Formats: sequence, C-alpha cells, structure tokens
Amino acid sequence: MNIEGWAEIVLTIGLAVGLGWPLGIYMARVWQGERTWLDPVLGPVERAYNALVGLKPDKGQGWLAYTLSLLAFSAASFLFLYAILRLQGHLPLNPQGFAGMAPDLAFNTAISFVTNTNWQFYSGESAASHFSQMAGFTVQNFASAAAAIAVAAAMARAFAANRGETLGNFWTDLFRISFYILLPLSVAIGLCLAALGVPQVLLAHVDAHTIEGAKQSIALGPVASQEAIKMLGTNGGGFFNANSAHPFENPNPLSNLIEMVSMNVLAFACVVAFGRVTGLRREARALVVVMTLMVTAAAGAIYWAETQPTPALMAAHVHAIPNMEGKEVRFGAAATAVFAAMTTGASCGAINGWHESFTPVGGGVAMFMIQLAEMLPGGVGSGLYGMIVMALVAVFVAGLMVGRTPEYLGKKIEAREMKLAMLAVLILTASILLFAAAAAVLPVALKTVSASGPHGLSEILYAYTSATGNNGSAFGGLGSNSYWNVTMAIAMWLGRFGYVVPVLAIAGGLVVKPKLEPTAGTLPTHGTLFVSLLIGVILILGGLQYFPAQALGPIVEHFQMLAVTKS
Amino acid sequence: MVQHLRPAIVSVVLFTLFLGLAYPLAMTGLIGAVFPVQAGGSLVKDGSGQVIGSSLLAQGFARPQYLHPRPSAAGSGYDPLNSGGSNLGPLDKKLIDRVKGDAASIAKSDGAASIPADAVTTSASGLDPDVSPENARMQTARIAAARGVAAQAVQAVIDSGTQNPLLGFIGDPAVNVLAVNRALDARFPMAQPRA
Repeated sequence: MNIEGWAEIVLTIGLAVGLGWPLGIYMARVWQGERTWLDPVLGPVERAYNALVGLKPDKGQGWLAYTLSLLAFSAASFLFLYAILRLQGHLPLNPQGFAGMAPDLAFNTAISFVTNTNWQFYSGESAASHFSQMAGFTVQNFASAAAAIAVAAAMARAFAANRGETLGNFWTDLFRISFYILLPLSVAIGLCLAALGVPQVLLAHVDAHTIEGAKQSIALGPVASQEAIKMLGTNGGGFFNANSAHPFENPNPLSNLIEMVSMNVLAFACVVAFGRVTGLRREARALVVVMTLMVTAAAGAIYWAETQPTPALMAAHVHAIPNMEGKEVRFGAAATAVFAAMTTGASCGAINGWHESFTPVGGGVAMFMIQLAEMLPGGVGSGLYGMIVMALVAVFVAGLMVGRTPEYLGKKIEAREMKLAMLAVLILTASILLFAAAAAVLPVALKTVSASGPHGLSEILYAYTSATGNNGSAFGGLGSNSYWNVTMAIAMWLGRFGYVVPVLAIAGGLVVKPKLEPTAGTLPTHGTLFVSLLIGVILILGGLQYFPAQALGPIVEHFQMLAVTKS
Repeated sequence: MVQHLRPAIVSVVLFTLFLGLAYPLAMTGLIGAVFPVQAGGSLVKDGSGQVIGSSLLAQGFARPQYLHPRPSAAGSGYDPLNSGGSNLGPLDKKLIDRVKGDAASIAKSDGAASIPADAVTTSASGLDPDVSPENARMQTARIAAARGVAAQAVQAVIDSGTQNPLLGFIGDPAVNVLAVNRALDARFPMAQPRA
C-alpha cells in the first residue's frame, strides 16, 4: 500500500459523489417532467413516443399498474433479446459469421441483460455478433437501467406525496430517463473513451503480422458506444470477455477513472434527486454518507488484501507484493481494488481484474459487498430503493427499542411495509443460499466448477450472489452447462423482480399515507446517530445471513493462506 | 396486463431503433471522423504499411533481443479473440507450479536475482501491453547483450517508453512493450533479417 494508491481511491469515490450532486439536481427535473436544455431536441421525439404508445402525458399510475407496466416491458424485452440471440446467424451486422446461441445460453443471456445483471456465460468476442451487441445488449443496457431508475423515481414520489394516489407513469419515466439522462451522458462518455483509445468500428477483426512473425487477429467492434452505457447504467457486460481489463475497453488509467466514476455517479445522483423531490435533503445526505463510507471502507479492505503476500509468489521467491495475477500493470493494486469495491457495491459487475485471482479477503469483501444487497452506492435506481428498504428496517429496529410506531421521512411505517421489506430482503437471501447449497452437492453443477476446496465453494457462492444481486461479475473460472444457465437465470429473475415488486408495493402503500410533521418523539433520520444505526443494520443483517457461508469459503481460505505465508 | 402490451412492444421497437441502431451507428460515424486511429484499434504499421499489431495490445516476444511481455492466459497466448486471465486462486497448485517454473526460466535467461511480480503473473486480459519498470529493468542486461550494446543505452530507450502515473497517483507506472521493442529495433538494428 502507498499514499498514491490511497489518494486514487479517495479521488475516485470523491469524484463520483461530487459529480452526482449536479447530476442529481438535473435528474430531479427529469423525474418531475420539468423543462431541460434538451427539450428543443427531444421534445418532439417524446411527443411522438407518447402518441405511439397511446399515452396521455403525465397520466399517473397506481402501484399495480406501474408494476405491471414494468413487468410487461421486461417481458417484451426478454422475448425480443432472446429472439435476436437465437437468430443472430441470420441477422445483419454479423461480419464474424457467428451462429445463433444455444437455447439455454440465449435464455440465460437474455434474462441477464433484461435484469441489469449482465452475467456472461459467453465470450463477447467469440459468440456475439455486432448486431446482438448493438440492437440487443446496448438497448437493454439503457432500458434495464432506466427501468430501475424509474422505480427509484416512483419511490421518491411516494415519500413526497401527502395522501397521494399515483406513483407517476412508468412509460413516461422510462422514456425520459433513457433519453434525457442516459443517452446524452453515454454520448459524452463514449466520445471521451474513444479519444483515449476505445475502438468504434463495424469491422470484425484486423489481422496483424507481429514483429516476431506470428499472426494475431485483433478483434474489434462498436465498443465505445456500448462501453459508455455499460458503465453508466451499472450493467457491466463487457464487449470482450476480459471486460474492463481489456485494453480496448479500458486503455489507460484515465479511461479507468472515467469508467469508475461513471458506474457510481448515477447511484449518488438518484439519492440527491430523491432529496430534491421529497424536499428532505438532509435525510438524503445521510444516505449518501452511509454509501460513501462503506464503499470507501470496502475499497480500502480490498487494497490492503491485494497488497499482502500470496503463496504462489512467495514460493517462487519473487516480489510477492502486490498480487498481480489477474491484474493489469497500468492499473495496479489500488485502481483494481477501488474498481472492485465500486462494481460490487453498485450491482455493476464490470471488472478490471479477475476477482477469482484476488486474495481470499479481497474476493470475499467483493462478494460481501454484493451480499449487502448492493446499495453502497448501489446500481442506478436500485441503490436508492435498496437503501430505503434498509432504512425502513433501521427505523423499525429503533422503534422496537423505544416502543413507538416508526416513521421514516414523514410516513408511518406499519406492518405492511415491514412485511414487504423483509420479503424483499429474504428473497435475495433464499435465492443466494439455497441455489449455492444445491450447486455445492449436485454433480451436474460441480462438473463446471474449476477450483476445489474452499475456493470452489467461493466460486459457487459468488456466482449465485452475483446473479441474485444482479451484479454480473464472476469468479471467472466457473464454466457453464444447461444446469448453470437455467438456475442462474432464475436467480437473476428473482433478484430483480422478487425485489422490485415488493418495493413498488411499499411505495404504493406509502403514497396514500398522510405526510406527518416530525414531533419530539420522531427519530431524526439525518444525523450521526441514524447513519451509525443504518450502517449497523446493514452489516448485522448481511453478516447474520452470509457469515456462515463466507466462513466456509473466503474466511477458511484466508487462514489456509496465512498458514503458508506466515510459516 | 393486456393494455400494457402495446406500450411495451412499441417501446422495445423504438428503443431498438434509437438506442440500438441510431446511437451506435452515429457514434461509429462521429468517432471514425474525429478519432480515426483510436476507432480502428490504435493499429501500428511498419514501413510498408503492413499492420504489425496494436499499440494497446500485447503480442508475443520470446527472442532475447526484445523486451518480453507478461505471461498470457488469452487462448494459446496473446490471442485477442480469446481475452481473459487464468482465474486461478492464490492457493491453487497450478498457479504455484506455473509461477515457480516461469521464475526459474527467467532467473536463467535474465540472470535476475529478484523478479517483479508482474513478470510471472498472467494479466487480467491476457493482452496487457505493459510491464512494470522493474520488470523492464530486469531485462535490460539480456537485451543489451543480445544486441551488443551498452545496458545504459537500452535502459534509456526503456525509460523514454515509460508512462508515469497521471498527476503522479492515477494508475501505476507502465512500460509499453511494443513501443519499446520498436524503438530498440530503430536505434539498434539487428543484423539478422525479420522473420
């Protein structure tokens, strides 16, 4: 560890928070349908869209209609993407001549992109045509991100309303978030990345004859346009197998910084926008503080872990620090650590170094960040509503201690809200632990697990954690077969819709409630006390649920490693 | 549910047209016009216009007169059609054996007493174009001997090919292997013809 590394970690997270501020103010305007500087260009497009979908602008939806709209959109997206992947051999823009994906792989991949997970059991450069990358993946990178932000906007309206009725209109939100926020930012980020070296062509590959006389086929494609939204929308699905470690996706430290900031900035912006819409800026600031502290702590922990001596390097009597297996020289340990913390804290799942080759603590912390339900700062939209669920649990716990009906942001939190919040939390836990337990004993699942012992268990646990958390990063040694394709798809589906539906139901219950003025007996939800309480609840909930499983994987492996390196 | 189907289908089709086709194609046109070199993969050509690689991607170098890149787990090595890492955990016996073997052969070829970590570890992409300055320094004596020049002269070429961290702390220092090897061939041409 060195001071430069720490400075890079602090700068990166600081930039994401700092830029999230103005973006959040802009996002609040978009959520509320106010005028923006893009109206002259996008206004006509929006009116055409409204006409085509048969939408009266600003006709509000109750929570059920809002939820059904989201589900209908996701279902249509899934079918469309599945068809593209199956038929890519017959579709245009396929210079590589790739055949269609097998049914189970296409099923897994389509669910993966529709749920904002972007788990990839295929290698982009050897299985996905340019058409699939553009018309398939890029579209879902926008749409799944916009759908999640829409849910966050609905949640903000629920807290803002006093005896309200509707949560807004899903179709309006979907369009406005995609076109007013994600598209212009993607253009800007895509141009910056291209300037730094990320390719953008429709060629398949160029053949090079290397200096020593070998032939090297250099895979190319429309990378920059997809890379931008992949990071910004916390999707994380790489154009290439090596994801953001590939020099064509992430050529240098500056592109790396841009990508890291991109993948966290909208999560912070969502919280700022939430504060604006509800008028509760201090409370929103408390949530930003919790997110910032915890993602920084995780980055620091991974940085520490990756600069500890590892057995392989010690055995060879080389410089055993840092652990460079699966890392790129231009990033080094610090930039890889902070990337790992931000991607797992954010349900992004892009990687710039392989988590499977991390030290046990490094990989374990990354996995734990996903298990904490990814709201630190969380995926776009999902970070905010995940954090709200945790805040509800926190005020409930505090309410139990003093024997009062809890309130949060002026809304009474009653049995219905708590049941739904716990349902959301438990669906994630059940999906992660039950699927992982099954895979750990079923021979059909174990066949494609590359490592043995505790590391093998980590590989399995990480996979279902990542799928259920809609993260998409992997302990990459895991291979696939139809068992994995199907069960992982179910886990991704549960993690997305098993969480979003209860969250929207909570919003639907809150929106109709009267807005209460705080009294002397109301727990303040903006100060140090609440920040500590919230962090405590997040850690205790995550710890209780996942510590036993982590103990059999990363933790026992850590002690195995110490036994070698300290002897 | 049925009344939600029309907006769902219309949205998917419209999003595909605007965000899946118009956006990437417009970006392709724009980037191709403004940043043509980067758009095409930062290709490097020799005097006759033949593509010899990309300045952003590693390629294999095994001859003693060249700076050697990091080991690669991409396909059979440095294969851009199969990017990726080893995905071996730090306690994996396969990794320990591989590192030991690589370290032994480097100790033999470079006479190095101390080997930097990046010289014996596979990168995340398998296409890492860089080595650490320590790794490059370890190789100077071998390169200088093979080319029959002074070690300081080789080191000077390496130093000028070293990229320092942005503002002193963003990223790690890195030496681009292809750029250094091209500079070495230009400064100290070898008698033998190119293969």
